[in-house]
Amino acid sequence: MGVFVGKDTKVVVQGITGRDGKFHSLQMKEYGTNVVAGVTPGKSGQDVEGIPVFDSVEQAVARTGANTSVIYVPSFAAADAMYEACDAGIRLIVCITEGVPTLEMVSLSGYLKERGTRLIGPNCPGIITPGETKVGIMPGRIHKPGPAGVVSRSGTLTYEVVYQLTSREIGQSTCIGIGGDPIIGTNFIDALEAFEGDSQTEIIVLIGEIGGTDEEEAASYVTKSVSKPVVAFVAGRTAPPGKRMGHAGAIISGGTGTAEEKVEAFEAAGIPVAGTPAEIGEIVEKTLASKK
Amino acid sequence: MKLHEYQAKEIFGSFGIPIPSGKVATSPEEAGSIAREIGKKVVIKAQVHVGGRGKAGGIKFADTPEEANEVASKILSMEIKGLPVKKVLVGECLDVEDEYYLGVIVDRKSKKPVFMVSSAGGVDIEEVARETPEKIHKYQVDPARGLMPYEARNLAFKIMSDGKLAMKTAKVLMQLYDVFTGVDASLAEINPFVRTPDNEMIALDAKINIDDNALYRRPEIAKMRDLGAESPYETKAREMGLSYVKLDGSIGCIVNGAGLAMGTMDMVKLYGAEPANFLDIGGSSSPEKVMTAVEIILSDENVRAIFFNIFGGITRCDDVANGIVEALGKMDIKVPVVVRLTGTNEDEARKILKKVDVVSVNTMDDGVKEAIRLSKEGE
Repeated sequence: MGVFVGKDTKVVVQGITGRDGKFHSLQMKEYGTNVVAGVTPGKSGQDVEGIPVFDSVEQAVARTGANTSVIYVPSFAAADAMYEACDAGIRLIVCITEGVPTLEMVSLSGYLKERGTRLIGPNCPGIITPGETKVGIMPGRIHKPGPAGVVSRSGTLTYEVVYQLTSREIGQSTCIGIGGDPIIGTNFIDALEAFEGDSQTEIIVLIGEIGGTDEEEAASYVTKSVSKPVVAFVAGRTAPPGKRMGHAGAIISGGTGTAEEKVEAFEAAGIPVAGTPAEIGEIVEKTLASKK
Repeated sequence: MKLHEYQAKEIFGSFGIPIPSGKVATSPEEAGSIAREIGKKVVIKAQVHVGGRGKAGGIKFADTPEEANEVASKILSMEIKGLPVKKVLVGECLDVEDEYYLGVIVDRKSKKPVFMVSSAGGVDIEEVARETPEKIHKYQVDPARGLMPYEARNLAFKIMSDGKLAMKTAKVLMQLYDVFTGVDASLAEINPFVRTPDNEMIALDAKINIDDNALYRRPEIAKMRDLGAESPYETKAREMGLSYVKLDGSIGCIVNGAGLAMGTMDMVKLYGAEPANFLDIGGSSSPEKVMTAVEIILSDENVRAIFFNIFGGITRCDDVANGIVEALGKMDIKVPVVVRLTGTNEDEARKILKKVDVVSVNTMDDGVKEAIRLSKEGE
């Protein structure tokens, strides 16, 4: 099972002939993802190790039945790629690209919402349902199928957490990297809602960081609407205010978005907050054991 | 990227927003001659990227050009919250009847531009938001059509009742929205927006923050970056595609990925030391990037140990290992180096690191503890 992606996922790669696009298309294929097509305008008729390349997403969808797009194009072309995928009838767009202008995301968000198209990202590692399909750039071999649903604003920090879980023999239902930008598609609440409804998921790991108020909103959503146990982590307790910590969205501004506020919100909602990535593994292990 | 007030006012002016006459000066003499041109009482304002300039003594008045020269000389030799003042804005001094606040930001929650207006201008708007939130009126804009004139009028009438003044204010709100979208701002703010005794509505101050992601398509704005306002090492990091923020601790951290970099800093603190920096070497790390990262970390004399925390995904561990070997060969590194490499090509990376004098560890926890222990050995 898992959420958003699984056995029925048929992937078209936008920007397949670029360096990163090609590398990760092959990595995804090796993992077992059903990569049915690639798109690079002007390169129709070529193939990337057997994956056919088309001029447009529309063509790719018509010829292969692709239902999910993953985007590796440069930042200046990313918004265009997302509109194109949406207009071609793609239902799930995963945008890996970092550096998309915020106001382009503002316009795009409304457009996608009206048409019911889900976006994951941008500026994210993608999504993986271990053992079934991987749509993104995360190292596949650190994952294994299991009961933990993971949702995170970060990339490598998520790998660290997943690695901790897997080394304790705790597998994952789906791991979703929602991205480090201020304006993103799928957010914590969307992921929590999906995990709550997923029969494979028994526990949810939520990895937040400084900036914005998504964690606070997630905490109050958990109180109202999530029956499964949730474990949280918040990165950036030592981050100074007013400085962007790598991610465009990771900034404490006007006194809001601090790690303390987020930790408090989780604790007030009865959600345990781990002090280190290793501690997440410990808490998840204990919680799962106590359920049995 | 933050713009200075004088830059923001130039942009406001070019979009038609009424601003007081004035110019930027880098020397007391220049300030004096601008004051002479203006020909009346002037206000001299430090141009630094920190809030609370006024309270720190960075805003002063001058009645004559001679006094302007004198005052500018004082302000130009000041440091405000650690930042040296290199420029002052010399502007005409206006009589003020009322002060308002007009601002527009990108709201992360609604994913829309949101206007905030208030009749309580001239003070810290965050303070107003905390203490008297009822005095702030918020309004979401549909980004697909932009701000409509009727919406601007309705917004203006929320904070003033006089029809003529509200029409003038509505026009400025429309112009402010054009600035916001026209330069890819994440914030555009007029505080205070003032009414003069002859009922002119003028932007007395100006603040614009630019979305860094959009700078590639705003080359004229990118040129406005004040290199004097960041340290040379921050500039160097940015040019190499590294994210670097200097902090005050002693443990230098070189990490791939922003979340893991923050997580590493937090762990340093949790285990009883302080991180010297945030540094994300990014996805595809060449040995060259690693070299630059080490150089930047070593420029900070508080650093007592360096910890590499790499979780290879796109980043290849062998690339980072080669960079470490090269850095150790070319630079005189006197502090201990602790390395944790996991992920893509980690076995090759371990072999490469056997050639050099570094402490290899298997986990992030061990790495942080070891770096802290070694940092204290020299004391």
